[in-house]
Amino acid sequence: MTRRRDGNRGRAPLVLVLPALVGLAFLVLPLVGLLARAPWTTLGTRLAEPQVREALRLSLVTATLATALCVLFGVPLAWLLARVPFPGVRLARALVTVPLVLPPVVGGVALLLVLGRRGLVGRWLDDAFGVTLPFTTAGVVLAETFVAMPFLVISVEGALRAADRRYEEAAATLGAGRWTVFRRVTLPLVAPGIAAGAVLCWARALGEFGATITFAGNFPGRTQTMPLAVYLALENDPQAAIVLSLVLLAVSVAVLAALRRRWVSAP
Amino acid sequence: MSGLDARIVVHRPGFALDLALTAAPGEVVALLGPNGAGKSTALRALAGLVPSGGHLCVDGADLSALPADRRGIGMVFQDYLLFPHLSALDNVAFGLRCRGARKAAARREATGWLDRMGLAAHAASRPRALSGGQAQRVALARALAVRPGLLLLDEPLSALDAHTRLEVRAALRRHLDGFAGAAVLVTHDPLDAMVLADRLVVLEAGRVVQEGAPAEVARRPRTGYVARLVGLNLFRGRVEVREHGPVAVVQDGPSIDIATSLRGEVFLSFSPASVALYRTRPDGSPRNLWRATVGGVEPQGDRVRVRLDAPGRTVAADVTPAAVADLGLVTGSEVWTSVKATEIQVYPA
Repeated sequence: MTRRRDGNRGRAPLVLVLPALVGLAFLVLPLVGLLARAPWTTLGTRLAEPQVREALRLSLVTATLATALCVLFGVPLAWLLARVPFPGVRLARALVTVPLVLPPVVGGVALLLVLGRRGLVGRWLDDAFGVTLPFTTAGVVLAETFVAMPFLVISVEGALRAADRRYEEAAATLGAGRWTVFRRVTLPLVAPGIAAGAVLCWARALGEFGATITFAGNFPGRTQTMPLAVYLALENDPQAAIVLSLVLLAVSVAVLAALRRRWVSAP
Repeated sequence: MSGLDARIVVHRPGFALDLALTAAPGEVVALLGPNGAGKSTALRALAGLVPSGGHLCVDGADLSALPADRRGIGMVFQDYLLFPHLSALDNVAFGLRCRGARKAAARREATGWLDRMGLAAHAASRPRALSGGQAQRVALARALAVRPGLLLLDEPLSALDAHTRLEVRAALRRHLDGFAGAAVLVTHDPLDAMVLADRLVVLEAGRVVQEGAPAEVARRPRTGYVARLVGLNLFRGRVEVREHGPVAVVQDGPSIDIATSLRGEVFLSFSPASVALYRTRPDGSPRNLWRATVGGVEPQGDRVRVRLDAPGRTVAADVTPAAVADLGLVTGSEVWTSVKATEIQVYPA
């Protein structure tokens, strides 16, 4: 006797359906609330306000710079973790993921302790080059890089592990050294993984709050990014907070759409 | 010495490979063997993709200590491994670029190679748009473009369907004929080996068990594996002269009457077609007559291959479909079986 795999397997039990619906509502309702309370009529003028534009510009610039830094250092790091069997590779892999689970505020404090004026590296940077990072736009970029890099490393390392190593062997038999193999074979093969990682990275950097406010402060035009502006506006200008939140929501949806084929669609 | 002169030693848990291999310039040597015999490992060791002991000289240059990318050995991989992000042309130009050729020059030369392979029209195609046979030729062009002193081919036809295989095999033979360096080919298909190679090296469990020209190997197999490949029955025995003539005493089996002047240890081989089957004991009692049980009946083209089991003696016989019906051959039925002594090839072990 064969059993039908599809077809009627009985009703879904309410004990599962009810909490599922509550969970769904909990996730969706706040977004609905945001859309319902949005000042749609004055949206254009509010977006054009200098404070909003300044925060938006700063966010886009710093998130993009942070993503560039993540790619520049994260891709080689992912390659090292995936391809070079050095002692302590497992520990290194675990350490890379720490910023993922670390509360961002703690990340900000840690950055201050290392890169602050009296920090381990910061003191030397100040003495030798007169470079100060905390409470500057560069500090924003660093804070965002710190929290976003693990996303890129994990994504690219996964792509490298999934890539067929034999293409690299084929390239080697054709006379390609390791750098040429990386540049002309490995990199193109994992390009989709890098792109996905970079998008994720960028979205994370754009939303960064805790590490940024701790390490870089909240100075309009210099370190006040969108999330910081939202938080501040909530006190004295709730309408502006809603508008800024809408912009961030739109960006998130755009990122989701960009990565749709990669993560959201179930097999 | 020009050409290939190598000894490959690879040790892994539960596996040891020790193989001395030579190939003259222009010669095609096929490594033939069952799965797990170490053929592909040997090839990868030659290419420098697997660490190996021993030595490796190509055209007099010692390459043993060099990494894969500095050996200058061409390799065609089993599923070709054409770079999916590059066009056929850029795949072929890849090795030339790695050797420092300028882009335009590399592309010009690659175009020449594609032309020779009859693929000029597909230069811009991505690998996934190519048929199996075309991909195989691009892979061959890519390996040959860097003018290697040694060309390695790992199961070059196994990724193709039976129909394409026939054409590609003939084309590959032509291209190998035109290649001036030594070539080593790995295959488990005896037909590929016979058609493509000038010399066969049969590998079993990491050791060479037989070596020689394809015709010689096909005529005089020396292991059960080779005998099955070339479709012959094989026994090993010691010649003893009895009053009615010489017999081969086979270990764990009845002795077999033979016609030979050889003495000592010998191999006996005979074709399945020379095995005669009878329902009842034939008159005149030919020699080498025994009772056997049919162990299997399997059509092969216009013949039927019958496996005949008897204590210490399992042989294959080829009969016509009509004979299968006449004799009522089904698995488990009993038949009388005989082979004429003159049909049995005898050669020194």
